[in-house]
This record gives sequence, C-alpha cells and structure tokens, in this order.
Amino acid sequence: MFKYMNPKRFYHAVGRKKFWEFILLAVFIIFFYGPLLNMLLLAFSNSYEYPHVFAQAWGTKWWAYVFQQKSLVSSIAQSFIIAIATTAISMLFCIPAAYSIARFKYPGRKGFMLSFLLTNAFPKLGIYTSIAVLFYKYGLMGTYAGVIIIHMINSMMFMVWLPASAFRSVHRQQEEAARDVGAGPVRTFFKVTFPMALPGIAVATLYTFLGSMEEAQGTMLVGLGKIQTMPVAMYGIVLDSSAVQIGAVFAILLIIPSAVMIFAMRRYIGPEAISGGFKMK
Amino acid sequence: MNVPERKVKLKIADMAKKYPNGDGVEHINLDIYEGEIVTLLGPSGCGKTTILRAIGGFHDITDGDILIDGKSIAGLPPEKRPTAMVFQSYNLWPHMTIYENLSYGLKLRKIPKAQIDEDIKKILQLVSMPGCEKKYPNQLSGGQQQRIAIARSLLLKPELLLLDEPFSALDAKIRQQMREELKKIQSDLGITVVFVTHDQEEAMALSHRIVVMNKGVVAQVGTPTEIYDHPADRYVASFIGEMNFIDIDDQTIAVRPENLSLDPEAKGDLKATVRTIMVLGHYVQVTVQHGDTVLKSFVDREVSDRLSVGDEVSLEIGTHHVFAKE
Repeated sequence: MFKYMNPKRFYHAVGRKKFWEFILLAVFIIFFYGPLLNMLLLAFSNSYEYPHVFAQAWGTKWWAYVFQQKSLVSSIAQSFIIAIATTAISMLFCIPAAYSIARFKYPGRKGFMLSFLLTNAFPKLGIYTSIAVLFYKYGLMGTYAGVIIIHMINSMMFMVWLPASAFRSVHRQQEEAARDVGAGPVRTFFKVTFPMALPGIAVATLYTFLGSMEEAQGTMLVGLGKIQTMPVAMYGIVLDSSAVQIGAVFAILLIIPSAVMIFAMRRYIGPEAISGGFKMK
Repeated sequence: MNVPERKVKLKIADMAKKYPNGDGVEHINLDIYEGEIVTLLGPSGCGKTTILRAIGGFHDITDGDILIDGKSIAGLPPEKRPTAMVFQSYNLWPHMTIYENLSYGLKLRKIPKAQIDEDIKKILQLVSMPGCEKKYPNQLSGGQQQRIAIARSLLLKPELLLLDEPFSALDAKIRQQMREELKKIQSDLGITVVFVTHDQEEAMALSHRIVVMNKGVVAQVGTPTEIYDHPADRYVASFIGEMNFIDIDDQTIAVRPENLSLDPEAKGDLKATVRTIMVLGHYVQVTVQHGDTVLKSFVDREVSDRLSVGDEVSLEIGTHHVFAKE
C-alpha cells in the first residue's frame, strides 16, 4: 500500500503537468487553510504548548471561559449593535447619493464619486488622528456616534459605488413604464427601481456590515477603549497573550457572521458585481 | 380622408421641444382623429420620438400645447395622462410575473381583483398568449414580451396608445406578424394609436396616415398612397419608396423605378448606358448610367431580354414629380 504513495510513482502515473499542478494546489491549500485549521485546533484544545503540533488536551474549556467573561460577551453585543447601526445609517445616506449619481447628470458628479475613494486612499491612521481632533471638540470621542461615523467613512465607497452601478443597470424605460401605468415617482422607486437594484445594494450592505464587524484601528482610537467591539477586545487578548486559545475562539466567533452572510449572498457576490461597481460613467 | 365630422382625439398645437444643445422639434401642428393609426416616420434624430415622449409626458414641452379630447395635458406628469406607452424594449419589470406586470396599473386604479383577473385573461387571449400569467418576462421571447407590453397598455383603456418603435428589436418575420396583429387589435378595439418608426415599409403597412418628419419639422402629412404618389418635396420623395432624380435644366425630375422605362432602340433624347441587369422574379431591375447619375428601372423580362450590359438605351419618363433643383 505505502509503496504506491511514492512521489515518483505518482509523478509517472499522472504525468508531469498534472503532478506540478497537484503540488501547486497542495501548497495553496496549506497556505490558505493551514492557519484556519490551526486556529480550529487551538480553539478546541484545553492545553497547548508551543513546539507541538497537536494539543495536549482537547476540550471546550476556553469557549466556556470566553462566554463567562462579561466584557468579552458584551463586546460581541457591541460589535453587532455598531455593525447594524453603521449599515442602516449608511444605507440611509448612501443609497440616495448612489441614486443621484446613477440617474442625474450634474456638474461635479465625477468629483463627488471620486471623493469617496479619497477616504480609502489616504493612510487611515492619519485620517483618524485628524478626525479625533474634531471629535474632541464636538464631544464624540468615546461615544457610539463617533465610532459609527468612523465605520461609515470606511464603508461609504462601497455603499455609494456598488448601488450606483446597480441603479444604472435599471433601464429608464422600466421606470418610465411604471410612471406610464400610473405610479408616481416615489412609488416607482420603491416598486421598480429599488427591487431591481436590490442584489447590488445587498452586496454593498454585506461589505459594510462585515467591514464594520472587523474594524479595529478607528474604533480603538475614537472609542478610547470605552467602546469595546470584538476586534478591539481581541487586541487586548492578543497583547495579554495569557492563552492563545482565547484569540482562536474569538477569531472563530468573528468568522461566523461573515461566513453566514457570504453564504447567504453567494449568488450576488462575484467579480461582475464588484467590478460593475467600480465603473466611472 | 379628413371628413369634417370626425372627432379630433389628439391635438398638437404649435408645439416645440428644444434641448439645451439646440436640437429638438418646433412648430408641430397635428390633429389625430379618433380610431386612427398615425405613424411618425423619419430617420433617427428627426424628432419623432421627441414628439411621442412629449405626448406621453416624458418630456416637458418648451412651447405650444397638447390636447386630448380638447383638454390640455401638457402640464400633467405621465402617471396622470390618459395615454399608454410601449417602448422599444425593457418595457416589463423583470422581478414581477406577467400577472403582476399586467395587474400593477389596474391595482393602482383600485379595480377589484376579480375584475382584474378577468381583464387579464381576456387581454392575454387578445394578444394570443393565454395562460402565461405565472411566467417571468425572461421566460418569454422578445416578441412575446412586446405583446405583453402592448397588453399592459391596452388594459388601462387609454385614450391614446403610444408606440415607440415597438417592433424594431424583433427579427423581420416576427415584426411582420406583430404588425398585422397590431392592426387587427386596433381595428377590433377602435383605439387611437400614434406609432413611431424609421421603417417606411412598416409605416406604409400600418398607418391610416403618415407624418413624415425631417430635422425637427413636419415634412408632409397624408395617407400612405398620398405620400407615395404625391411627395411634397424632394426629401419625402427620397425617403418613401425608391426614387430616381434626374436633373434637367433648372429642374429635378423625380421618377419611381416602375415609372421609368427603357427603350432598347435608343430613339429618345435622354440617353443612358446599361450598367447592371438583375432578375428579381417577375420583373427585372436594370440600372443605367445617365451622365453622372445612376438610375434604377423596373422593366419586364421581354424588355430586359433585349438588353445587355454596355448597351445604349433611351429613357422614357412616365408619372413623375418636378422639384426645384437644389
């Protein structure tokens, strides 16, 4: 049996091209999933010491530990509150902006679109520090409002560009046909334009939600440690490093919402949806 | 045709629509009678669609007025106008079923559901697509989608049905079939229709009257026969059907290929040389060179059998029109 595991046999059996493809694939899989797998192993090991590959004792001790820590549990709640609020508020602001970009031609429209890129083009830390100066003045430091504003700045580009491209893909005739059969402009928007643009808007919403869930830099700076979202709490744990397992448990907790949402929206997430959003027209 | 007692359904009075770049239409005066199909015909950019969209309420007009049954509709938004429009494409809402597409306008009018169901059943019968209520638009062919779009417009019992090149995205065979069906539906319901097309054959086949447009103004209004037989100017003559133009002295003679005969004996004064001979079934198309111009003539086999390329012939001009030389 082991005789046939010989790489030389394998090489000659499948041919040179297939052999190297297999090796390349194997390397990629290890590179991408190795850390994930290691994290899973860590999360379910009660005790682990460095040079070993596998844990000395298996169990869910650290899961129990994490859920007993009030601060850690509250960070999960805070993360969700902030992510949901960020998503809802940026929808409120960005979707009308996206619609105006898609439908109306006005001077400065391209500049308006590019301005959303600028917030992503500069080094974040620089922007956050200068924002902090303003936030101190208006008493926004260490508040939910302040943190939500920071998260919105990050998400605006997705939230404007992707829905704008989705709105553009709704043909004018389809809106005009609705007007023609008797729907006013507002009804036309909610009954025809919005539902037809919904896939694009859903993808943007997903990015915003996930982006907000994992944002740490800005939250730490503006939240002043008072707003403890999951990523912020993780910094503390990693620096504390009393047990690597807590980090692993947390990482898995952070992945769950992302994985669920990406799975739910897998039909809409694709190269076309994303590249469509980054067209300047 | 213009019998005085006929009721004017749509009146366009000295209407103008100017775009910021200076394009558009002006001094449009048009009376459309009840139960009539009128086609706005012209090349792209002639303003025909602009007029149609102005009637439908999708363009504000710069000047003049639009009246339906004597009442001005110029200030109303599309949803308040008694018109229904069918666009070239993308008429249907892809996220709704055919039933939802058709019933939407009726629901807005608060018509009871039982009535809606019955109307939809009837109208689908009329456009020969019964039983497709549960389908989505992308499950239908282009021609079927346009039928549904026409059905949706008809369901609202509009005073005026507006059609903006509704068949131009379809292939030739279906286009012909849809044309016939539309004509039948129109005569069954007696509805007034304004139809926009750049296809002169379509306009001739469908219309009671044709409005030929040129660069934002009306060039001629008349029945298909009137326009074919008595074109008002050189533009209309060249746009409708085939036409030869021969410059003689200060005048341009316009003659259709069927009215231009060739004399193989070359006894006449107008000489020409045969360029091509093409047998097209029961008649033969012969092109001849006369000075700098190439002329087209439809002749019988009996004549063409006596011709070969390079022969000298003389031209005999039958029914023709005379225009001032440009």
